[in-house]
Order: sequence, then C-alpha cells, then structure tokens
Amino acid sequence: MTLLQVRDLRLAFGGVQAIDGLSFTVDAGEIVSVIGPNGAGKTSAFNCVTGFYKPTGGSVTLDGAPVTGRRPAKIAGLGVSRTFQNPRLFGELSVLDNVRAGTHLWLKQNVFDALVHTPRYRRSEQEATDEAHRWLDFVGLRGDRAGLVRHLPYGEQRRVEIARALARRPRLLLLDEPAAGLNHGEKGELLDLIRRIRELGTAIALIEHDMGLVMEVSQRVVVLNFGKEIADGPPEQVRQDPAVIEAYLGRDADDAELAAAREEVRGVEG
Amino acid sequence: MSAVENRPVDGGPPVKPVRGRGPSLVTRLLESRRLGWGGLALALAAPLVIATPYALNVMTSAAIFVMLAVGLNIVVGYCGLLDLGYAAFFAVGAYTSGVLATELGLPLLATVPIVVVVTVLAGIVIGAPTLRLRSDYLAIVTLGFGEIIRICANNLEITGGPSGIYGIPGLWGDALGPAGFYYATVLIVALAVLLAARLGRSRLGRAWRFVREDEDAAEAMGVHTYKVKLAAYIGGAIWGGLAGVLFAAQLSAISPASFTFLWSALVLMAVVLGGMGSTPGVVIGAIVISLAPELLRGLADYRFFVFGVLLIMVMIVRPQGLWPHRSRETPHTAARSGEAAE
Amino acid sequence: MSQLIWNGLFVGSFYALVALGYSMVYGVIKLLNFAHGDLYMLGAFSGFAMLGVLGGLVQSQSLLALLLVLVATMAVTGLAGVALERVAYRPLRGAPRLSLLITAVGASFALEYGTRIVAGPNPKVYQVRLGGTSMEVFGARVTVQQLVLVAIAIVLMAALNWLVMRSRQGRAMRAIALDPKAARLMGVDVDAVIARTFFIGSALAGAAGVMAGGYYGKIDFLMGFIIGLKAFTAAVIGGIGNMQGTMLGGLLLGLLESFGTDWLGGQWRDVFAFGCLILFLTVRPTGLLGERVTERV
Repeated sequence: MTLLQVRDLRLAFGGVQAIDGLSFTVDAGEIVSVIGPNGAGKTSAFNCVTGFYKPTGGSVTLDGAPVTGRRPAKIAGLGVSRTFQNPRLFGELSVLDNVRAGTHLWLKQNVFDALVHTPRYRRSEQEATDEAHRWLDFVGLRGDRAGLVRHLPYGEQRRVEIARALARRPRLLLLDEPAAGLNHGEKGELLDLIRRIRELGTAIALIEHDMGLVMEVSQRVVVLNFGKEIADGPPEQVRQDPAVIEAYLGRDADDAELAAAREEVRGVEG
Repeated sequence: MSAVENRPVDGGPPVKPVRGRGPSLVTRLLESRRLGWGGLALALAAPLVIATPYALNVMTSAAIFVMLAVGLNIVVGYCGLLDLGYAAFFAVGAYTSGVLATELGLPLLATVPIVVVVTVLAGIVIGAPTLRLRSDYLAIVTLGFGEIIRICANNLEITGGPSGIYGIPGLWGDALGPAGFYYATVLIVALAVLLAARLGRSRLGRAWRFVREDEDAAEAMGVHTYKVKLAAYIGGAIWGGLAGVLFAAQLSAISPASFTFLWSALVLMAVVLGGMGSTPGVVIGAIVISLAPELLRGLADYRFFVFGVLLIMVMIVRPQGLWPHRSRETPHTAARSGEAAE
Repeated sequence: MSQLIWNGLFVGSFYALVALGYSMVYGVIKLLNFAHGDLYMLGAFSGFAMLGVLGGLVQSQSLLALLLVLVATMAVTGLAGVALERVAYRPLRGAPRLSLLITAVGASFALEYGTRIVAGPNPKVYQVRLGGTSMEVFGARVTVQQLVLVAIAIVLMAALNWLVMRSRQGRAMRAIALDPKAARLMGVDVDAVIARTFFIGSALAGAAGVMAGGYYGKIDFLMGFIIGLKAFTAAVIGGIGNMQGTMLGGLLLGLLESFGTDWLGGQWRDVFAFGCLILFLTVRPTGLLGERVTERV
C-alpha cells in the first residue's frame, strides 16, 4: 500500500531549479533511501514533503490525501515526523521535554485541565513522561534525561531527535542524514535502531551519504542528481547503475576511479 | 535522582551511570513548592508591619504590577515574543471596566466577564495580523499598537479624552477599606500567578516553549505555531486586562497618561530582570521594579537611566535573569509512573 | 492639494533620512535598532549645545552656523552610534534575537533618560529659527528654509546612495548583509564595516535631528520615540534593508500622513501612520521594493 506519493515535484529558488520533476513513493512499512551528491535536492525534497517549502509544481499525497503546500503542523498531524540535517532540538529545555514535544499531537489535555489540575491533567502529564522515557530507552540514550538537552554530546543529541520524532508515533519517519557526524560504533547502533523502528511498522524515508548504511537497510533506493531522479530500485540494482556511478564521479573518470566509485557505492565495508 | 538514567539499554553496551551533583540546599529551597505559600504569607502579613494608607497604596500597586509582569511573562518568557505595547491590554481592561461601571452603573466585579471578552478580542485583533511576522517586526508593531490604544483613549469621547474617567467604584463598591482592598488584590494576584505558572507547566505551556526555542522544529512536531502564539497573546491580554480592572478600582480614576510606553517598558524590565519564564523570578522582578522608586527616592532622576543600563547589562552578563527558570527537571516531574521520586 | 503634497514630501524627507539609518543597520546585521530614533534626539540636543557655544556667530549667519553645526553633530551622533554598537550590540552578536531586541530597548531608555539627566526634563527652544520668505509653487506655499532642508536631505541621501552602491565600503556592507561568514572569509573586516554602518546611519539621524530642531524650534528628550516608529514604518513600506526602497517609503509615508491628517484630523495622524504599517506588514511584509525570499530551513 502506497503511503507517500510524490509526483513530478518541482521547486525553484529564484532562478535555481532545486528539484526538477521528482517522483517517488514510499509504501507502508518500507525503508526507502534517497541518495545523491551534495546539492542534488534531497533535503529540499524532504522539506517539500513535510511542508517547510511550498513546491512550485507537482503534488505530494499521503495515504491518498493531497497535502501539497499545507503547513508542516498539518502534515505532522497526518502521521509524518522528521529529523533535521543538523539536529534542531529545543536547546534550553530538558531532554525529557524535548521528547515530550512528540506527544503534543495526541496528548489529551486542555487548558481547563491544566488550570484546575484535573485527574486528566495528572494522567496525561504522567503519560507524556512515560512515553518520553520509553522512546529514550528505545533509542538507547546515555546521559542525564532531566538536564538540558544542549549539555548532551552530539551523538546523543541525534538520538534525542529520533526519540522525539518517534514519540509522535508516526506512520512515516523522515531521517535527514542521521549518520552524519557519528563514529563507527554509533553508526552500528543507528543501523540497529533503524531496523527496530521498521519492526514497529513505521515506514522510513532516509537521506544518507553513508553507502554502507544505505545498502544495508534499504528496500529501495532513489538516486537524485541536479534535482532529477536518475535511478529508483532495490539497492543491488542501483549500485550497478552506470548513471549513478557517473553522477557520483563525473563523466571523465578513468577505470581506476570507476572501480573506486563502484566500491564506494557498493559500500561493503560500511 | 531516579534510577531511570542508569538503566542499561537492550543491545547497547552497558551504560555508565551519569550522576551530576545533587541540587544544593539553596536550589532545593528555591524550587520548593512551599515557596509560593511563603511569599503569599509574607504579602498578607505585610500590613501588620506597616499599614499607613500610603504604604498600603504602594503595596497594592506592587501587587497589581506583579500581575502585569506574570501576564507579560506568558508572552515574552514562555513564548519568546517581544511585546512592547503590553500597556495596551492594561488600558483596555481598565477602560472597559471603567466605562461600564460609570456609564451603566455596573458594579466593578460584574464588568469582569465583559473585560475578559474584550481583552481576548483585543489580543486577537493585535495578534492575528502580526503573529505571522518575524519576531522583531512584531516587537515594533506591538509598540505601535500601544500608541494607537493610548491615542484612541486620548481622543475618543467615551473614554473621556485626555482627562479620562473618574468616579470608578471600588472592587466591592466602597465596602473595602484600603487594607481590605490590599488583601483582596493580593489574593487575586496570587491566584493569577498560580494559574499562569500552571499554564506554563501544561501541554500548551510546553508548546509555547517549543515555539520560543525553535519554531520549525515545533511545527515539525505538529505544533500549530501560529495558533499557539495567538494563545500566548490572548493569555497575556487576559492577565493584563484583569490587572487593569484592579488598577481602575484602586485609583478610581484613569487617564491616557497612565498607559504610556513607559509602563510597557517597566513591565518588560521586571520580566527580564527577574528571569524570563521563571515565575518566582518575575514576581520578585516586579516587586523590585515597582518598589524601586520608594527605596531610591533621592535618585528619581537617574532611575530610568539606570533601568536602561541595567537592561543592557542583564542581557550581556546574565540573560537568564536574577532568578532564572530552573534548567533541570525535578525528580518528581522526571519520574516514570510507579517510580516514587526521592 | 498641492500644499498637501508639498507638506507630505517635506516631512517625508525627514522620515527618509532617519529611516535610512534604520534600514542600513537592519540590512547589514539584521538588528532593529530601537535606539535609532534616540540618536536623532541626541543629534537635536548636540546641535542645541553647539549653537549655545557658537553664540554670537548665530545671530549674523544663521544658515551657515546651522550647516556647521549639522556637520559637527553628524560626527557626534555617528560616534555615539559606534559606541552604542560596541558596548551594547557587539557582545550579543549571535545571541538570540530576543536578547538583542531587549538590549536595544534598554539602549533607547538609557539614551532618553541619560539626556534627561544632562539637559533636564523640559523642552528646549532652539536658538536658531530658520525664518524665510515663502513663495507660491503650483499653488503650494513653500518657504525657503523648507527648500534648504529638503536640499540638504537630498544631498545626504545621494551621497549615501553613492557610498553604498558604488564604493568599496558599500560593497563590503552589501557582502556582509548577504553572508557575514563568507564576507569574513573573503577578508572583509566585519567589525569595522558594521561600526562604519552604525556611524553613517547615526550621523544621518543626527543630521535630521538638527534640521528638525532648526525647523520646529522645540526639542525634548522623548522626541525620538515617535520618529523612530515612523522611520521603521517608512523602512517597512519601502522594503527594509533596501536603500532606494527606504527613501521611497519615507516620502510615501509623509504623503500618506499628509492626506490622512487632512482627512481624519491631526490627532489621528499617528494612528493613521501605524495603521499603514500594520496594513503593509500584513499585505506585503517585504515592502514595495524588498525582495521576497524563501527562507531555507
């Protein structure tokens, strides 16, 4: 069943065509990676899907419902959550509060409850806290949960961001370069985490430069270059695709470079 | 600290316990819930020490100022929106109750529901067109709105023009003496402080803080930032408007000169000085700012100059204010269900 | 009708002059300098003090004296602007926007009430009133002094425009406005350029202050408050950060006010101006000549 459908998406900044007729789909429970050289339009595509940019053309549908150009909060309300290329956490708030943000959409509590401290207020607050702990356990956060999030090391902050996105209980999770800046051991844990998220039944769209990770977890890989889709298929097929290799290397590559590029795209060593 | 942080994670390597220094005695004392009760008791006991009509008047003004500061704190401290025209809501509340009480002969308390409705409308009228703007534009637009309200009060017939409205009845007619009015004010303001703090600790209060920290990330989590900001505005408007009713009751006469930019700036100073987002900080800040002229009588000429310099210094040296919002959660709020907090 | 237009253009040229500083500073470091209107006030007072010192010369050669004072005041307020940036704003570069705005409010307060301490709370009367014969131009009564002031404003604005669009200095400013980090990497001394921006902007405000003092005759320590708001309105109408737009915005605001006052009455003048501000911000927040930008996440 198609969960996310992007059709002929276009986005221009002034005269620059950042996305030029992109189409792809993500099925329920599927992991799809979006790869491509820097500046290929991957993050822009995510921003169009999540409503942060208004595309200049094309359409985005979620579960059959058109969401093109709607505001991010509305799209989040339909079951999409995301992380950012550089973690965008609420720096002056506690780790727990950051993850509680994910509960905002489904927590049952109104202003009256809050003013009078009704039983429903106490119950929902406890529920938000429990949920936050649950997802912090799930992502394996090490560190002080009651303290400020900005005091955590970078790798842990990335975990908090994923926990926050998961607390939304999304049907579709968009991860924007989750492995960037992580060390080897942390990447291994991320791989495991992504698999466990899929086991929850959540579909994942993943932007990632680490080919090892991409080839390992994805069911399908979409390759972008200059805002256009140049390949879409299972990892084994995409890694053999000459257009993909050329996109990563340029036209004038000699044989040795080609071999190296193949090696990189294959990413066996991760 | 709860045991939560030390729990190993399935599949991950064993997690080392992370243990910060426990909160110091002072911190625990300052964050205690009993603090509020202590402050209230202090305020109620004050007339036992000094009860001249002048002192009561000053203390009543201070209490009303606390209410204003707590209201502005919702907008500036919780939600991070700079409102430089907060006196406008104060004026709307004071004038609405004043006009209704003198023209229609309503008792002042009966005007309260109408005041709430009118201030909510004022909050929407000011907020709706401007809250989509960048935060710095918003600041100047609110400044402009503050002026608009003042100029309107100055030029409209119903508000009495430059001389304003007089003969506004007291809170309970004239049944309360100055001491009685002081006690009533303190209780009302205490309730207002409590309710504002509770709002800050709710789902909506968290959403305000998310917006303050990072609007995009808040949107991505499904927080409709525009509505949430409008809610902060409306909250601030209600608190300011009700403080205006108390103000009208205290003075029994109001005029446009009472609602200048100076007022807005003073309330902002109280919030900033005390600590944006921190309820005890803002309360203390308001008391300090409103009692300062009494304590520094000889320095009257230098007062506002000093305030201005202080504002710059606080932002550079200690932007979190004198009594900052707690940065750590207490074991109580961080505990999972079933886990007793220490 | 033509009288209204002339009045509007005259007041508008004041607005434009003050708005330019606002707009320049905003364009370069994205800071709304609330204290900008108070630099205008400071200019008026500094001019007042200098005229007091010049004393005798004033009686005989009032216009020349005023020009002299104008130039000296521009230096004074320019340096005051630089000092303000150094003390209050530079330590907070990179801090949250809210902190900067609050600092600006503090600076405005300090300037206003600092002046009040020095000069006293009561309005001062300028020693020089530019008297002049009036003439009829297309049915509007125009005085010589008005023409002189407008001419000064035009010269200053033209000089600024040349500076920003043609000189090396201006190129550095525009570079910082686009991308401060890249500008720094390219060898632009960002601190120095920002300081110069403040100098120029504040000097223009100071010039406007002296001109206002000479024209209206009365000055007080709160006179910068409303003009600051008006200048912001002018900058927003034209497109904040855009030089030509800001000048246009100033003139347009002057005209709008002139006609609005005629229509609604003088007491509603400010309400009308702020109404225009809100309308513009709602309908076209980038102003008439501002560019629409897609903000990147």
